Amino acid sequence: MRVMAQMAMVMNLDKCIGCHTCSVTCKQVWTNKSGAEHIWFNNVETRPGQGYPRTYEDQERWKGGWTLNKRGQLKLKAGGRLKNLATIFAAPYLPGIKDYYEPWTYDYENLTTAPAQQNMPVARPKSLLTGENTKVTGSSNWDDDLAGSVEHGHNDPILRKVSDKIKFEYEQAFMFYLPRICEHCLNPSCVASCPTGAIYKREEDGIVLVDQDRCRGWRQCVTGCPYKKMYFNHKTGKVEKCTFCYPRIEVGQPTICSETCVGRLRYLGLMLYDADRVLEAASTPDEHGLYEAQRSVFLDPNDPEVVREALAAGIPEDWIAAARRSPIWALINTYKVALPLHPEYRTMPMVWYIPPLSPVVDAVSETGEDGERQENLFAAIDRLRIPIEYLAELFTAGDTGPVDIVLRKLAAMRSYMRDINMGWETNESIAESVGMTGQEIKDMYRLLAIAKYEERYVIPPAHYEDAHKLENVATECSLDVDGGPGMGGMDVSFAEHPARGGGTAVPDRPEGVRINLLNWDGTGTPDGLFPDSTDASAPSGSVGGP
Amino acid sequence: MDGILDLFLWLIFPYIALTIFVLGHAWRYMYDKFGWTSRSSQMYEGDILRWANPMFHFGILAVFLGHVMGLGIPKAWTDAVGVSEGMYHFMAISIGAIAGVFTIVGFIGLVYRRRFTKAVMGATTVMDKIMYLFLGVVILLGLMNTASQVVGEYNYREGVSIWFRSIFYFNPQPELMVGAPLSFQLHAITAIALFALWPFTRLVHVFTAPLGYVFRPYVLYRTRDAHEGSRARRRGWDKVDTIPRRR
Ligand code: HEM
Repeated sequence: MRVMAQMAMVMNLDKCIGCHTCSVTCKQVWTNKSGAEHIWFNNVETRPGQGYPRTYEDQERWKGGWTLNKRGQLKLKAGGRLKNLATIFAAPYLPGIKDYYEPWTYDYENLTTAPAQQNMPVARPKSLLTGENTKVTGSSNWDDDLAGSVEHGHNDPILRKVSDKIKFEYEQAFMFYLPRICEHCLNPSCVASCPTGAIYKREEDGIVLVDQDRCRGWRQCVTGCPYKKMYFNHKTGKVEKCTFCYPRIEVGQPTICSETCVGRLRYLGLMLYDADRVLEAASTPDEHGLYEAQRSVFLDPNDPEVVREALAAGIPEDWIAAARRSPIWALINTYKVALPLHPEYRTMPMVWYIPPLSPVVDAVSETGEDGERQENLFAAIDRLRIPIEYLAELFTAGDTGPVDIVLRKLAAMRSYMRDINMGWETNESIAESVGMTGQEIKDMYRLLAIAKYEERYVIPPAHYEDAHKLENVATECSLDVDGGPGMGGMDVSFAEHPARGGGTAVPDRPEGVRINLLNWDGTGTPDGLFPDSTDASAPSGSVGGP
Repeated sequence: MDGILDLFLWLIFPYIALTIFVLGHAWRYMYDKFGWTSRSSQMYEGDILRWANPMFHFGILAVFLGHVMGLGIPKAWTDAVGVSEGMYHFMAISIGAIAGVFTIVGFIGLVYRRRFTKAVMGATTVMDKIMYLFLGVVILLGLMNTASQVVGEYNYREGVSIWFRSIFYFNPQPELMVGAPLSFQLHAITAIALFALWPFTRLVHVFTAPLGYVFRPYVLYRTRDAHEGSRARRRGWDKVDTIPRRR
């Protein structure tokens, strides 16, 4: 047994309203710079829908993830090591910019400089690649909601698998949102595809990162990742990916996407797992067995033997304690309501999902029946095969069994808690029907519905022995590297005209100045907040500030 | 010898270029690891790149091996193992011609797409253009030299090759180049200039060809400490003592 700790996430899809706040805040923090326009570490997809980049789940086309060879061993779907090197000069399955979208801006200048004329001047869209007029035809969420389903719905690789019968009815039947970040897999195929070895999994918390200094832009990881969460920055020629906001995680704070989630649907916590068993689990012959196989890799932090081994492996005690309180452990293991996204890719993903019950509830309610009665819900779960088959294609490689069970649990929770909230007599048989006790249902309800901040995010800070390093993180920022958003303390590309490139350097702040915002009266600029411009003609602007 | 110009071209300039090549790469590797990439443009354009880039690369790698043979290995050695002059000649010309044609066709494809795909053109730097110019001229002259071997009587293995090796023995024999045909001289000079430019172009990617991939384990782990490559703290920013927030 080789115990390792993994920071993991669970998203409760019932609560996602598709507002894209997570995507926007993430982008502001990480990829708001030129060359990274198409890079969305976090994106939200309307499902059914083709996803982003379009149809990324069609692995017959994009060849992401792992597959089993004839002898039942894992191999990269895009091909082995020699094929990887042989195809390095032109990666055969690489998405082009058109599979994302052509980045653009608007000619805002025209609004103020256009001569007087009869018609209102307009800001025309300009391509950021060519600088020419362009027609905007897509983006990361262009086909949101029903906007794209008529035109593109048939492109959804999952829907194609599900059924020919009632395809065109699906949009009345159900629709939901799927927020996606990097899965920080236990068996990451991006890491395995990188010819240079620039991508690695952090030993302490399993976060998968790209070493920007070592990345040589061979771009094989983009193909390797079946979730297409490795993004090629077309300006730097390097690959960037979701960082799980490690500078925040290291000081015990939730990721940006979690912190800003309006629906409060994200959970963060540790999972302990047996690293020695990952390969075996990922090689499970039957795709339907992969969900259980991955669960079997996780280790129970309450098991004394596991604790002993974890300590021996150098995992600090407070981390083990945090693993015990981990909401991820509770959702994946205690309540068993969270499921992995596409386990059939065999990468052992670590961002799991609670499938949405709402489409089922809606379907019942629309018939005029009571959408929270257990019998109605259970009957609907049995009846609504399309949504359930669809969900199963997402979360259990097509096996509807586990999805059925999860949805029943969620349905039972609704009915059981409704009785309590209405002051009716509780009906223990509801809990029993899904193999739970009333107390367990109440606990699950607390975690899912009340969802206290402290219970959603159980993040042990990185360790004190390392505190001198953390000072870098907290004060200077570990992102202060070339190409990182912390590059030079401030993103220089803000000052850049995106189409022209180039930019102005950010001057250094004067030495020895401390900023006091507390006594600032709000007028002018406090001393030292902004670096002095070396340009003498610039306004020196310091009014407030004692 | 014709005096100072020849001395410069075949002795001083090669050493200057070599120095720039070595120190330039060391400097670039130390200070610009982030810029060390092939700067792939496949995202912008894939259809031409798909055939042109592999053609160019397989061609140029074969050409490189050809140069190792032709310049690096003394004639005496191949004679010793019994490779006759005719045989060597035939091999060099046939393989060289095939590799050369691959290279040049691929190169033309690459330059064409670079010029006529707007997005690729937009991502082309001045350094790129200079590099393409020199690379193109070197390849073209090289191909001419190979072609000239079919009829020509100049045996570069008794001239250029010895001069080339003499540079590395630090016992240079510039006079050997003075007698070489003009196209050989031009090929050598532009190539040397290209080497001087090399560290400052995207060509640095050649030296990080990922051969280690074949031997390493698939999944890599690193500790947080190990990648602590953080820079020295900037001046002017006060250090604030924070204690990680605990919940
Ligand atoms: C030995 C291993 C080498 C590897 C693995 C390699 C790999 C690559 C890759 C991946 C690209 C980017 C293609 C793209 O997606 O746009 C590239 C571009 C390029 N390589 Fe190499 N290369 C190697 C050697 C060389 C050599 C020896 C030369 C020439 C002396 C060379 C010259 C170039 C040039 C000029 C480009 C730019 C092509 C373009 O976009 O127009 N490479 N190389």
